[in-house]
Amino acid sequence: MTDTHVAAPAPTAAPQPEEPGSTALARAALLLLRGRTLVVLVVLIIIFSSISSEYLTQSNLILMTKHVAINAILAIGVTFVILTGGIDLSVGSIAGLSSMVAGGLLFKGLNFPGGTVFFSVAVVILIGIVVGALVGAVNGLLITRFRVAPFIATLGMLYVARGAAQLHSNGGTYPDLAGTEARGNTGFGFIGVDSILGIPVAVWIMVAVAAVAVVVTTKTPFGKHIFAVGGNERAAVLSGIRVNRVKIAVYVISGACAALAGLLLTSELGAAYPDTATTYELNAIAAAVLGGTALAGGRGTIIGTVMGAFVIGFLSDGLVLVGVSTFWQSVVKGAVIIFAVITEQAQQRLQSSLTRRTA
Amino acid sequence: MAEILEAHNISKNYGGVRALKDVTFTAYRGQVNVLVGENGAGKSTLMKILSGSEQPTSGEILLDGEPVQLDSPRTAQARGIGIIHQELSLFPNMSIAENLFAGRELRRGSAFVDAGGQRRRAREVLKRLGQDSVDPDTLVGDLPIGQQQLVEIGRALLEDVRVLIMDEPTSALSNHEVDVLFEVMADLREQDVTVIYISHKLDEFRRIGDWVTVFRDGSLVAHESMSRTDTGWIVRQMVGRDPDSLYVRNSSPVGDVLLDVRGLTVPGTVKVDDVSLTVSAGEVVGIYGLMGAGRTELVETLMGMRKASTGEVSVRGVNEPKGTVQARMAAGLALVPEDRQRDGLVQTMSVRDNILLSTVARMTRSGLLNGAAEQKTAKEKVGELAIKIPGLGAVVTALSGGNQQKVVLARALLTEPVVLLLDEPTRGIDVGAKSQIAGLMAELAAQGFGVLFISSELAGVMAMADRVLVMARGRITAEFTAENVTEEALVAASASESVLEGHS
Repeated sequence: MTDTHVAAPAPTAAPQPEEPGSTALARAALLLLRGRTLVVLVVLIIIFSSISSEYLTQSNLILMTKHVAINAILAIGVTFVILTGGIDLSVGSIAGLSSMVAGGLLFKGLNFPGGTVFFSVAVVILIGIVVGALVGAVNGLLITRFRVAPFIATLGMLYVARGAAQLHSNGGTYPDLAGTEARGNTGFGFIGVDSILGIPVAVWIMVAVAAVAVVVTTKTPFGKHIFAVGGNERAAVLSGIRVNRVKIAVYVISGACAALAGLLLTSELGAAYPDTATTYELNAIAAAVLGGTALAGGRGTIIGTVMGAFVIGFLSDGLVLVGVSTFWQSVVKGAVIIFAVITEQAQQRLQSSLTRRTA
Repeated sequence: MAEILEAHNISKNYGGVRALKDVTFTAYRGQVNVLVGENGAGKSTLMKILSGSEQPTSGEILLDGEPVQLDSPRTAQARGIGIIHQELSLFPNMSIAENLFAGRELRRGSAFVDAGGQRRRAREVLKRLGQDSVDPDTLVGDLPIGQQQLVEIGRALLEDVRVLIMDEPTSALSNHEVDVLFEVMADLREQDVTVIYISHKLDEFRRIGDWVTVFRDGSLVAHESMSRTDTGWIVRQMVGRDPDSLYVRNSSPVGDVLLDVRGLTVPGTVKVDDVSLTVSAGEVVGIYGLMGAGRTELVETLMGMRKASTGEVSVRGVNEPKGTVQARMAAGLALVPEDRQRDGLVQTMSVRDNILLSTVARMTRSGLLNGAAEQKTAKEKVGELAIKIPGLGAVVTALSGGNQQKVVLARALLTEPVVLLLDEPTRGIDVGAKSQIAGLMAELAAQGFGVLFISSELAGVMAMADRVLVMARGRITAEFTAENVTEEALVAASASESVLEGHS
């Protein structure tokens, strides 16, 4: 038997002679660090609007938010996966695949021996999302049943799903998704082009997805199970949580979110091409990390992720607006992400030192 | 008798815990100096200080009568003090020769490894260890555990070691491997190497030891020439006088059989071999044994975390064949694991969420969590078990060890079990918390639970259990009642190979 259990230094509540001022200061710093994504967003808006008078106009804000919507939806799905301690690299490819499936159904219908069938837009959207969910389910099964590491399983799926998207049209584009009255499949533009009350439908969809995701992660047993699996998988198993089911479910959610994002993108463009959303997985993961989701799992929030997507979107569009070259845009974006992770660690340290002081 | 290494008035504090209290220890040159004591008695802490990986809070260390400052393992090594840890620190993917020289490779020129030279030196070392026939190019991962242990010793020999500290090297070894190790130790003694040897196995160390030093609760309680001691004396020193004052004994009447295990067998490196046992309502049953005896594997299998190859588990007279965690939990079993940090707590979650982890799915109203019910349930359990917390929303890692243990126990109790499986419930918590946990176990038995607990502490298991089962090498080797159990019989049965030789 080891003696190491006793030897481990217990986190003691040693009475430290702290003056009350330093604790208050530490608390303020912690608050600032917790809300850092919001702080960064506000700073970005101040900087860009002082450089360009166009930045803080209603039309530009709406346009930027619409850009944010697609990445935010992808990132929300990925956040579910990261909270369990996994990773999903396949979301961009899933978006592309569902785009091609939906585009094909709208453009050329489904060929049966008896003839060609066209579905209504609502059914096409549903099928697109189901395709994404199924690909996610395959990811989940690879990771749970076949014990493939999430990074590898979804990296493989990144290639497989992208290849499948290209095979769907032999690499071609479905150029016209408007549909015809006769086929009963018009109106695909609604989700990506139209607005309600002056706000793009895509933004409304993002708000709805985020709201559901917030409720699921914070107000349901399933949400608690997600955090438990990511926080300590062995303890979760021992607590009777069906860990494999939780894992499969988060990849299904991620796949469905990715498919939805792909459909929004396709609707906005009015055409489906196989390279839709290539490398979008990186933006999605970046948004989650910027928003304070720990890649090790167990820590993070949906709101944080949405804020992260706003920072990335408002930053990119701002850099374009003030005329920074695309090369510099890339450098700045990368630097912001790294900075975010460094401050995340500072937050964790400060937080644990504060809990120790009050315990 | 010449002293080589002396520790004078060493104390060591970890936060508020005093792991060593004013210990003065002497190791004699060219002798095998044995250290014994229960878990947490302070043996390993002292060895960490003597090998430079920990610094004493106060006290001094003398080597050959001169005070020395051992501020790192490297300094200790340079002075000829080597240590072999209980957990091997070898690279299984590398060869014996590469392992022997890992981190201090022989060089040819300044850039290249002298593989031929390493191989030659490795062969010499293997010969010194009586392993002439072993090829130094063999991957360490391919060696049996006993030979891996010898490779570890080989690493120390390469350093011209004068004092070799071994922390329970035989816990994973077969009898034959132990014989080989003891031959090597005898040879080392011939070569004037001083050995400091930590062990739990009384029958083993009596064969090899020249001196025995006993630790208890962070103090050195006895130091004697081995020839002047017997097993009974050593055990009495280890346990101390009056363990009963510390622990509350269960006195409930025994009811129906709640847990009935028959012929349970689990394959694996640490196996469970044909184990049958029962636990009744109101009964506290202890399982005593050494590390690697299969006790943790047994309770993990009962809880559905491992798959049994054969055997039946019945709870309340009903066979439970599925063997999943969920099924066993539903049947009425609950496990409080040994390693709280690894298996018990979700460190990122609050006290409340940790308490409710198993049962949160029951606390919903139309699919959503019912915050008020959660708060109420968690608060009730905190009150019932007297858990000291800064608040239900506080992160669970802010609690002390004993209170963390109670959080895991609270979670287990919320699943409404009939039999509680407790794996080393009193390990790593201070004396006060130990007696509290013992009181809780007695109270649970009084409420009609069956309690099955694992313990490596002789005093604890004897004072708390109504019945004690002893496990060794995956088998139950003895069973005692509270009336007829003795320390010596427990120790003998825990090292025994034969089945039920001490059966009462």
